[in-house]
Amino acid sequence: MKYVDEFRDGELAKIIAANIAQEAVPAQVYRLMEFCGGHTHAISRYGLSDLLPANVRMIHGPGCPVCVLPIGRVDQAIRLARDQGVILCTYADTMRVPASDKLTLMRAKANGADVRMIYSTQDALKIARDNPGREVVFLAIGFETTTPPTAVAVKQAKAEKLQNFSILCNHVLTPAAMHAILAVAGGVQLDGFVGPAHVSTVIGSKPYEIFASDYAKPVVIAGFEPLDVMQAILMLIRQINSQRNNGSASVENEFTRAVTREGNLKAQALVAEIFELRDTFEWRGLGSVPHSALKLRPEFAAFDAELKFSSDYIPVPDHKACECAAILRGEKRPQECKIFGTVCTPENPVGSCMVSSEGACAAHYSYGRFRGNE
Amino acid sequence: MSTNYTRPLDIKNGRIEMSHGSGGRAMAQLINALFAAAFDNPYLAQSNDGALLPPVGGRLVMSTDGHVISPLFFAGGDIGCLSVHGTINDVAMMGATPLYLAAAFILEEGFPLADLKRIVESMAKAAAEAGVPVVTGDTKVVEKGKGDGVFITTTAVGVVRDGITLSGDLAQPGDRILLSGTIGDHGMAVLSQREGLSFDAPIVSDTAALHGLVATMLDSGAKLRVLRDPTRGGLATTLNEIAKQSGVGMLLEESAIKVNPPVAAACEFLGLDPLYVANEGKLIAICTENDADKLLKVMQSHPLARDAAIIGRIHKDEHCFVQMTTKLGGRRIVDWLAGEQLPRIC
Repeated sequence: MKYVDEFRDGELAKIIAANIAQEAVPAQVYRLMEFCGGHTHAISRYGLSDLLPANVRMIHGPGCPVCVLPIGRVDQAIRLARDQGVILCTYADTMRVPASDKLTLMRAKANGADVRMIYSTQDALKIARDNPGREVVFLAIGFETTTPPTAVAVKQAKAEKLQNFSILCNHVLTPAAMHAILAVAGGVQLDGFVGPAHVSTVIGSKPYEIFASDYAKPVVIAGFEPLDVMQAILMLIRQINSQRNNGSASVENEFTRAVTREGNLKAQALVAEIFELRDTFEWRGLGSVPHSALKLRPEFAAFDAELKFSSDYIPVPDHKACECAAILRGEKRPQECKIFGTVCTPENPVGSCMVSSEGACAAHYSYGRFRGNE
Repeated sequence: MSTNYTRPLDIKNGRIEMSHGSGGRAMAQLINALFAAAFDNPYLAQSNDGALLPPVGGRLVMSTDGHVISPLFFAGGDIGCLSVHGTINDVAMMGATPLYLAAAFILEEGFPLADLKRIVESMAKAAAEAGVPVVTGDTKVVEKGKGDGVFITTTAVGVVRDGITLSGDLAQPGDRILLSGTIGDHGMAVLSQREGLSFDAPIVSDTAALHGLVATMLDSGAKLRVLRDPTRGGLATTLNEIAKQSGVGMLLEESAIKVNPPVAAACEFLGLDPLYVANEGKLIAICTENDADKLLKVMQSHPLARDAAIIGRIHKDEHCFVQMTTKLGGRRIVDWLAGEQLPRIC
């Protein structure tokens, strides 16, 4: 398959792996966080850790949209569907995120709530048009990649005067989460970031420059194919080696086929037109992070489900034994959680990281659990 | 005036009505004009409650399968031929020669007779080509909205030659795993049709009866332990079932597993993994290490297994993990599917 197979070439991977092995200084440890769940998935699915020397350690980051969604946010959606009788539309994985009272949106659906899985925000608009007598709420989640389609839907709904459509906005911001991870006192030690692929097509590489300049952390933006990830790891190792010889950190772009420094200005303008920053937003794992999420601007308040249905966010603590929070901060690995693979499995997830294929626990369970605790 | 006249069925414009399942004249007419005409054979012509069949020497195998596919017609086949192939294949995977088929139809009120005729004729053609007659059947009609056009359940009976015992619990460390061809063709043909996706090279279902291929494999004398067709859940699910049944582990070579380029592209597009996509004309064979090369050559000489390959081996593993060496040279688990294969969101 053109434009895909080239980035999955086993022979090229061996060459990059040999370069990594040669350039990684054996006496040093390289702690690299892949921020995105897409990278976590690629690393596990292609078994890339087998191609890395033991002193190059990949640490999973929080960049998995359903993983960082706290229980209280799913509860809010379930309440809207169950108690207010709305048609609740959302993307696939969100359906299985555990909420309070052993519920998920999928179980709420089985119990009679009208929850519908959609592929695109356009599907949600269509459902609203087709059901003028019903309220339709789109549970909007995701990082900067999924925000522009939500913005398009809201703008369209306003233009069409679609009064029965609203969104429960949970769009979150990547740089804010990176700040939060670096700000945790006694938190995970990191030497560099593999930066997001799709998020960066929208926001560009510029927003990461502060991590190089102020935190001295190299960032290499990488595509989601296995060779992209391998190449980015090699680029990070070169930067870290150079830093250790008094060089400075910088933001590099491995994913030049899709990412520019400025990003997609049209999408950014659209998002800025529809959304504004929330003062604070609670993330699973990271807690309340200031200016880390979006809400609708006042002129679009009619489409804000939280206002329309007076739906308040009520924080709920995570399951006591679940280590999702520490895993999302990069402080623990999935196999260090006591309930991993026993109480918590992809069929019966306790924490959100076991839900999505991009979640660290699900990726390790599905692809890597034969490794045991190594 | 003729006292015995019945107006012929209006196949072109007619639709299934409740009376077609009532046991009366309308039902008899439907059965005679459509089913009996298409499936025509002496056993069916007995017109009794069951088919009286001649004695067979040997152990019998029996298998049944309900077919509820949507859309009913897809590139490379339809629910009719699928319902014949699927059940014949289940019998064949036991090492048996399929002998007879039974078919039960659940028809939804309002279903076009023209579509039903097309399906029944496709079934009859598949049965004739396979040399396995449909010897008995049943028809029921449900009210509109209580079915999805047509559901077909088929049952097949076959006989196993002496000395052959195939079972999912017989795989042993050292054995080799063979696959008869490309994966994911059927599932993606159906899915791309359902989603309205079209590709430069059309994706065609691989639906086929595999008993001829199985007979060739058995004739080769290779020591076969397990045969199974990776239908629903795909190659990954079927291999996990065998690993669990036999209490062994498996190690696959990703580079040996072939996927047709349009299927790979469609999977990529929809965020699906071809390892979990259904096949209807492929089989997995597990045989002893010594006989693997011989079996492979025999398979490759058969038109339904030209792309056959040895894709892995069995080893000892108390966890019964199915593992795979990826094209990148890393190793990973090929797990059971958790829930349904859902598209990724970003």
